[in-house]
Amino acid sequence: MNTPAYNFAYLDEQTKRMIRRAILKAIAIPGYQVPFASREMPMPYGWGTGGVQVTAAILGPSDVLKVIDQGSDDTTNAISIRKFFEKTAGIATTTVTVDASVIQTRHRIPEAPLREGQVLVYQVPIPEPLRFLEPRETETRRMHALAEYGLMHVKLYEDIARFGQIATAYAYPVRVNARYVMDPSPTPKFDNPKMDHCPALQLFGAGREKRIYAIPPFTSVVSLDFEDHPFARYRFDAPCALCGAEDSYLDEIVTDDHGGRMFVCSDTGYCESRQRLGHRGTEPAAPHRESANDPA
Amino acid sequence: MYVAVKGGERAIENAHRLLAHERRGDRGVAELTLDQISGQLSLAVDRVMTEGSLYDRELAALAIKQARGDMIEAIFLVRAFRATLPRLGATAPVDTSEMRVRRRISSTFKDIPGGQILGPTFDYTHRLLDPQLGEGHVPELPATSEALPTAMPRVTDILGRDGLIEPSPATDPDAVVGDLTREPLGFPADRDLRLQNLARADEGFLLALGYSSQRGYGRTHPFAGEIRFGEVEVEFFAEDADFVVPLGAIALTECQMVNQFKGSATEAPCFTRGYGVAFGQSERKAMSMALVDRSLRARELGEETTAPAQDEEFVMSHSDNVQATGFVEHLKLPHYVDFQSELGLLRKMRKEFREAADAPPAQREAAE
Repeated sequence: MNTPAYNFAYLDEQTKRMIRRAILKAIAIPGYQVPFASREMPMPYGWGTGGVQVTAAILGPSDVLKVIDQGSDDTTNAISIRKFFEKTAGIATTTVTVDASVIQTRHRIPEAPLREGQVLVYQVPIPEPLRFLEPRETETRRMHALAEYGLMHVKLYEDIARFGQIATAYAYPVRVNARYVMDPSPTPKFDNPKMDHCPALQLFGAGREKRIYAIPPFTSVVSLDFEDHPFARYRFDAPCALCGAEDSYLDEIVTDDHGGRMFVCSDTGYCESRQRLGHRGTEPAAPHRESANDPA
Repeated sequence: MYVAVKGGERAIENAHRLLAHERRGDRGVAELTLDQISGQLSLAVDRVMTEGSLYDRELAALAIKQARGDMIEAIFLVRAFRATLPRLGATAPVDTSEMRVRRRISSTFKDIPGGQILGPTFDYTHRLLDPQLGEGHVPELPATSEALPTAMPRVTDILGRDGLIEPSPATDPDAVVGDLTREPLGFPADRDLRLQNLARADEGFLLALGYSSQRGYGRTHPFAGEIRFGEVEVEFFAEDADFVVPLGAIALTECQMVNQFKGSATEAPCFTRGYGVAFGQSERKAMSMALVDRSLRARELGEETTAPAQDEEFVMSHSDNVQATGFVEHLKLPHYVDFQSELGLLRKMRKEFREAADAPPAQREAAE
């Protein structure tokens, strides 16, 4: 049998070189979606194959990797991807944002400010911000080429006419470097301002759709809005029940079936580091417990 | 009281351990061997090789076993392995007119040079469940005859000699054949890439699209010019050594559809082609592929494009079952930070709605 053998960080060097070229092009044209020959990965499309390919292409043996999903290091998919790189690259991993050199994320940007030299790799399901307005790739590429973004503004205007506000709560479109309209991936719009003039390099990988795009460090990222309806972040108005943070995005956790709720930081690394510094909320512990039966 | 909102490492490990247990099934029953899968579920192996786009019966059988018989999961396993393989080059085009034919039929002529050869087929069987098969039934040995003629001309070549069918498109033999697994796909796509996409495409998806074209959504008036199944030689031109190296034989199914004619004031009318090919004996796939290939040529042939099967971007973007299943099933992943943001927005809008409804009528009018 042809017994499979795998390279450092899974992908072969030929593939990594191809991905690195796409990344370099993406950095040179901020916000532009660069087509790349995405590979089948050993995890399903839609579960982070784009982000995993970007991470695999940029990882070196001395890198320290952090993987989050929904802001958290301990969600199943984050664990699965972190273990994948532990196994295939043998690199060090961390849950502490400042200690990481590469952070792969799905749906969140960490609360702790990113620094120069760090790379934030986003998993992207639908890279095309215009897709839901125009299903055809041939059309949307033309619209980007001509910077023809009127349709997007009409959509935002129609939201205001119908709902009194822009009814987009996540994957809120941004304009990068005053040129390309870009999808920030399905992060809550709370995170949008963190992308603007961020000291870290931000890379976006969409595996199924075969696109890579980037925001180089210190690049302007503006959320689309109108003068009389300015962009506004949304955050549930409460402190974190565990660490008392009043500036972090919160998860709503249903604690019982008669309306019980608690709100805790979605960024578990941030919450834990605050608790280590002695910050406390109203609850002593998170309702996180593994429910699998331990055979031991 | 605790709610398990976040799964952990141990949960995953235990789930996979349980999966392995379920895969094994009743431990009192003998375990399936790869030879059994390869030999007795051979059409499943053919499909996994075709849509996994890797000709390796043993790995395909392993994938089917590992996937507990879930075909798309097995295809996915093969694809993920294939993606890591280095490319040494492309083989010379296989010559299907030189195929060692095991089955070959044409619906356009009663008889053809070389004859109609049914071979191993479900066609004309009565679909009655056969209880004998559940009881270790030993089938008769197959009937034998003299060896078939080595070369059987293709029906499309017979039609082509009289110019009744358009010639196969002339291509530059030195031109590089496109590979959508190595270069990102752009639209409009050339036919080589379209055919590659269709060859890897989900059988069920192509079946439905081909069927829709028969039912009037972009009719192509097809005839099954020829379907043949058998072994072909694969040869590789080694540039260093400057000679052709035979790599071995692979089993293929090829379908050539003969479709409605085209013609103009300056060009004599002739039939047009639709082409399908698949590893192993994959007849449904090859036929569906040929129907969809012909439908996708609408633009090239100056036909009106109105139906899904004629829409290159629609077909090619949704034909890959590994992509499709991944994205559909990714809805199982947590989405709660987005949902939370949406929940916040909805609550705010409902509050504003209630406030507006509760306001006195005069004020409501003024607000409008």
